[in-house]
Amino acid sequence: MSDIHPDQSTTHRVAGIVTGQPVARRQPVIPGSKDDGTLVEDPGLRAPLVLGDRSFSEVTDIVCSYAEAPLPKIWLAAFTVAASVAGIANVMILYLIITGVGVWGLNNQVDWAWDITNFVFWIGIGHAGTLISAILCLLKQNWRTAVNRAAEAMTIFAVICAGIFPGIHVGRAWMAWFLAPIPNSNGIWPNFRSPLLWDVFAVSTYATVSLLFWYMGMIPDVATLRDRASLRLHKGVSRGFKMPMPIGNGLALHFMPKPDQLRVFIYGVMSLGWRFSSRHWHRYEKAYLMLAGISTPLVLSVHSIVSFDFATSVIPGWHTTIFPPYFVAGAVFGGFAMVLWLLIPLRMVLPNFSDLLTLRHLENMAKIILLTGTMVGFAYAMEFFMAWYGANEYEFAVFANNRVNPAQAPYWWAYWTMIICNVGFPQVFWFRKMRQSPLVIWIVASAVTVGMWFERFVIIVTSIHRAFLPGEWHMFFPTWVDILTFVGSCGIFMTLFLLFLKFLPIFALSELKIVMPQSHTDDHH
Amino acid sequence: MDMKSKINEAVSFASDYFPMILRKPAPKFVTESGNPVYGIVAEFSETPKVFKAAKQVRDAGYSKWDVHSPFPIHDMEEAMGIKTTKLPLMAGGAALTGLGIAVILQWGTSAYLFPTVVQGKPFEAWQPFVPIMFELAILLTAFMCIFGMLALNGLPRWHHPLFSHERFMRVGNDRFFIAIEANDPNFDPIKTKQLLEAAGGTDITLIEDIS
Repeated sequence: MSDIHPDQSTTHRVAGIVTGQPVARRQPVIPGSKDDGTLVEDPGLRAPLVLGDRSFSEVTDIVCSYAEAPLPKIWLAAFTVAASVAGIANVMILYLIITGVGVWGLNNQVDWAWDITNFVFWIGIGHAGTLISAILCLLKQNWRTAVNRAAEAMTIFAVICAGIFPGIHVGRAWMAWFLAPIPNSNGIWPNFRSPLLWDVFAVSTYATVSLLFWYMGMIPDVATLRDRASLRLHKGVSRGFKMPMPIGNGLALHFMPKPDQLRVFIYGVMSLGWRFSSRHWHRYEKAYLMLAGISTPLVLSVHSIVSFDFATSVIPGWHTTIFPPYFVAGAVFGGFAMVLWLLIPLRMVLPNFSDLLTLRHLENMAKIILLTGTMVGFAYAMEFFMAWYGANEYEFAVFANNRVNPAQAPYWWAYWTMIICNVGFPQVFWFRKMRQSPLVIWIVASAVTVGMWFERFVIIVTSIHRAFLPGEWHMFFPTWVDILTFVGSCGIFMTLFLLFLKFLPIFALSELKIVMPQSHTDDHH
Repeated sequence: MDMKSKINEAVSFASDYFPMILRKPAPKFVTESGNPVYGIVAEFSETPKVFKAAKQVRDAGYSKWDVHSPFPIHDMEEAMGIKTTKLPLMAGGAALTGLGIAVILQWGTSAYLFPTVVQGKPFEAWQPFVPIMFELAILLTAFMCIFGMLALNGLPRWHHPLFSHERFMRVGNDRFFIAIEANDPNFDPIKTKQLLEAAGGTDITLIEDIS
């Protein structure tokens, strides 16, 4: 039990402007104890959401100084790798378009394989951001403030990766405009009764709304970055432009504008002239609340509609009513796993970030992984049960002979990987020790990410690789283009995430400040 | 605000766009260098202090003033006497517009403009149109929430007299400011300054409107 009272008042100190420096922690972890106040189990005490007895300006420094520091070498190395992998995706897409979808392993029977698996995988990952921002906002879960910005950014990038696949798998990519609600040259309109068209609307609405939500949340924080750069220019403490070099110091280029001048301009344009006015804050908060309100049904609808692509067909293994809730639970599950997978290393690498992203945050997310993982496990069991209870021999055959039984099903290993990763691994979170260990959480998150990819593969490929007539049976074997396109899409995702990490505020600053005790309007701390 | 100052404000706004037709009304206060006065700014270092000061400024009867803070302060609307925004109403209108567009787009094309037989389903059945009705309603509501919020706030705006105040650049970090505009009918360079001093403000500065 900790003796830090979370509501301890802070003495306000005027901090100078320091860039790129880690801010020393004033109240270190209690000696001889792992308990730093976040894991208080006393329900009468609220766990502090920002550790180390920080002042407002320290929190600003922690978040902004990373975006303002010169490019770190490790970032440059990571970016080079990620951008090269992203380049592979571009080459693969170009190769696909100029040659045709025959470069993938698709055949007459399995005409949806890795492309749609990747689409559903990425769009599923893209659900955690909006869930954290919207649903947790409506539920007044204050701990979301530490993770929502990064999770929203991840959402946008995952949706971008998802959007690539339906666009290129249509075969003739220059005909992708057939997806738009406009008549083609014969005056024929798209079929509005088709779930595939609903999907176009759902995914594009989701991408637009998440992008706007993310951007709107960032306006005040980008304005903070703008003001800090402007203040450094006023005080004459701005650094000159230095071209980063692989070895040694950067190369000073005096004819280039100072980085702070660029910041004032770019962040100035991005922040739209935000001046932190309370009259503006009032409308901003209303708008934010309404966006959270409409994003909640939106996020639930998107993956439901994605699942309609399968559920409204008559293919055994797809034609089930459990799909919408099952897909949504799986999306939240996979999305949270990806958030944890990205943020846990970040928390170790970046200075002081563990004060903002505490063990309590990780524990809460681990609990959500456990909950949604168990829901997904229940859905797997229910699907199987209904295949048996429904007495449809084709439906049952898909499960028994195509997926589960190693003696019959060539894809049994995919099914069992999915079960072990998605249902088995999260069960360790029943134990408190496991929930509070970042390493364990990271390993489980990796397993879940793999498992969720296999879930989509199992749903799509094992259902269609054996149709009603054995003469139509075909296996699916990915080609090198299939594999490299997927790997490349991971590169696109990481490239975008690294850019976000370096140049934009990773934490929602103004929201973090609201959950600090100094933001209260009454004096008695 | 009385009628005269309302008209003045409208003329001043229009003269920014049509300078050859309308002359900008003379400012009420100018500094020694001849620049019009934007207002007076006072700085505060803690949330409770600025909250109390805001109540005092509100009670003194000012209407054109603002509190600037790094984060939205809880209950500040009440302390400042801000009326609730019309944004939810506008968003509701946008939702109905989106719904209407979806209805026209889907019924119009599927049932009237180009009825296509797909699996023998009735042309005008409403059930398959629900998902797109829902999505378009959400999309337009989101647009209204963000762009409506920005429009009501008068943003984007690339410059503001307050940005010329160097201390104001810490507003995004940890400082709180109360700015009272010279346009306010109650504004008086001396009395307003005294009010802000009494309310506990520091570094009280007169801001010029150079644009």
